[in-house]
Amino acid sequence: MSALAVTALSKSFGGLRVNTNVSLTVEPGERRLIIGPNGAGKTTLFNLITGELRPDSGAIRLFDRDITRVASRKRAHLGMARTYQIITLFPRDTILRNAMLALLGLSPMRWNPLVALHRQSHLLDAARAALRRVGLDRIADRPLAQTSYGEKRRVEIAMALAQNPKVLLLDEPFAGLSIDERRDVRELLVAIPRDVTIVMIEHDMDTALDLADRITLLHFGEVIVEGTRAEVVADPRTREVYLGE
Amino acid sequence: MIGRRIAIAVAILALIAVPYAITEAYYVNIASQILLYAIFALGLNVLVGYAGLVSLGHAGLFGVASYAVASLLAAGFGHSVAILSALAIGLVFTAGFAALSLRATGIGFIMITLALGEILWGLAYRWISLTNGDNGVNVSTRPMPFGIALTSASAFYDTTLVIFLAAVAAVAIFVRSPFGAALAGARDQPRRMNALGYHVWMIRFGAFMFSGLLTAVAGILFVYYNQFISPQTLALTASAEALLMVISGGAGTLLGPIVGAGLVVIMKNVVSAYIVRWNFMLGAIFVAIVVFMPEGLVPGAARLFRTAVRAMSRAKPAPAAGRKP
Repeated sequence: MSALAVTALSKSFGGLRVNTNVSLTVEPGERRLIIGPNGAGKTTLFNLITGELRPDSGAIRLFDRDITRVASRKRAHLGMARTYQIITLFPRDTILRNAMLALLGLSPMRWNPLVALHRQSHLLDAARAALRRVGLDRIADRPLAQTSYGEKRRVEIAMALAQNPKVLLLDEPFAGLSIDERRDVRELLVAIPRDVTIVMIEHDMDTALDLADRITLLHFGEVIVEGTRAEVVADPRTREVYLGE
Repeated sequence: MIGRRIAIAVAILALIAVPYAITEAYYVNIASQILLYAIFALGLNVLVGYAGLVSLGHAGLFGVASYAVASLLAAGFGHSVAILSALAIGLVFTAGFAALSLRATGIGFIMITLALGEILWGLAYRWISLTNGDNGVNVSTRPMPFGIALTSASAFYDTTLVIFLAAVAAVAIFVRSPFGAALAGARDQPRRMNALGYHVWMIRFGAFMFSGLLTAVAGILFVYYNQFISPQTLALTASAEALLMVISGGAGTLLGPIVGAGLVVIMKNVVSAYIVRWNFMLGAIFVAIVVFMPEGLVPGAARLFRTAVRAMSRAKPAPAAGRKP
């Protein structure tokens, strides 16, 4: 049983074919890297997998369950979490409250209009624990607006991890980070246990390459090459379309 | 925390003391008006401030509850039946408003609520067999809760105050709750909220219903206060006025809509007795608020207070000895 199976997925925006017949199968615990030049359809593929966009055709299965028509919000409850390439956090709130919102999303308590959120000690503890995983627990009470870009990236990851996902989708987790910050985030990703399956989009080959078990290369919305790290790097088509040689 | 509790206690005592301090019935009535409009503004603020959805049709919902009470009383029903039915009818109309307008956000939401409010105004104006058209409907008596006659200005004020305090408490609890946090999250980052597993549409619908409930409560108080209802109450200007209360006081704050309601009601009723062009005054005040405190009176005053405190503490010589400046 695969963790995530995408079969013959296609998506067009008007006349622009963004994903054409994309198929990929990710095994449980696998680290899959998706690479491709700008405009290859990587983020669109993520948006299809998470349900933010509806595919024109094809199917998506999560642990053998067909989720092609399942609403996006329900996929979170089925164990799928994602981060965004463009920081998508709650700027008016503290880091802690951002993490709490991630936890609350999967809790039936999110509908409760009567109790005080800041008194829910089990949620607070769980949020602090999630922030400890990414090394932000000491500045948990800081407003998000007063944090650095690198810290925001880690909040993104903390929120996804807080939901205890089975499949984690990371959209360019290293984008815009300094070398030091990249190293920190890299260590963070390495530490994620293998019961979490990771699919990651990344441009930064140097940092991301050795995290990956298998690599899928997208180009103009199509899967060009797929294989182990060594296979894809050695493939002449990779050099042609991605490295531009 | 203790300072906050003392402040709340003092504020409640001051509100209770109002009919004793200003014995003239005219001014007590204005205080009642402020409170009932504050309930309206609190309800609208749930949408405008916390959900980030600006409604220009709330006077329609306010008026539906008012007309429901007046029509049911005219048809011979008792007060409790009229009030409970008006709440139910108000909620049904709110659900209809929400179902239609929540298809959009932003400008689209504003335009749909505006159109729906105008439809209700048009019905009140034209459906003469039901609403008596422009002549309006009279309400000859006020209810007697627990045997207390509400005929006097102070008795009506006290009743309004109890309901007002309950409304403030309800909004305060709502805002701090997980649902309130989810609503603010859906305002700031709906896409992320959806990905986190929240049902953004349903959250907004729930907030709209809460907003509609408070609006209906205010509408019922209004029709008993005025003992008369006419289509003017549902007009677009009434919706805009309520929106001005929320925005001038401070959208997304608990006290803002209350202060805003006080400002608008006082300008309309008190200042208009002395200044003929009171509308001009009101406009000038709003322009001043927008220029100097764009976030609204309550957050703006808090900001000025903080700045002043900081300036004062900076002006004092540093007490730390042995530390370089």
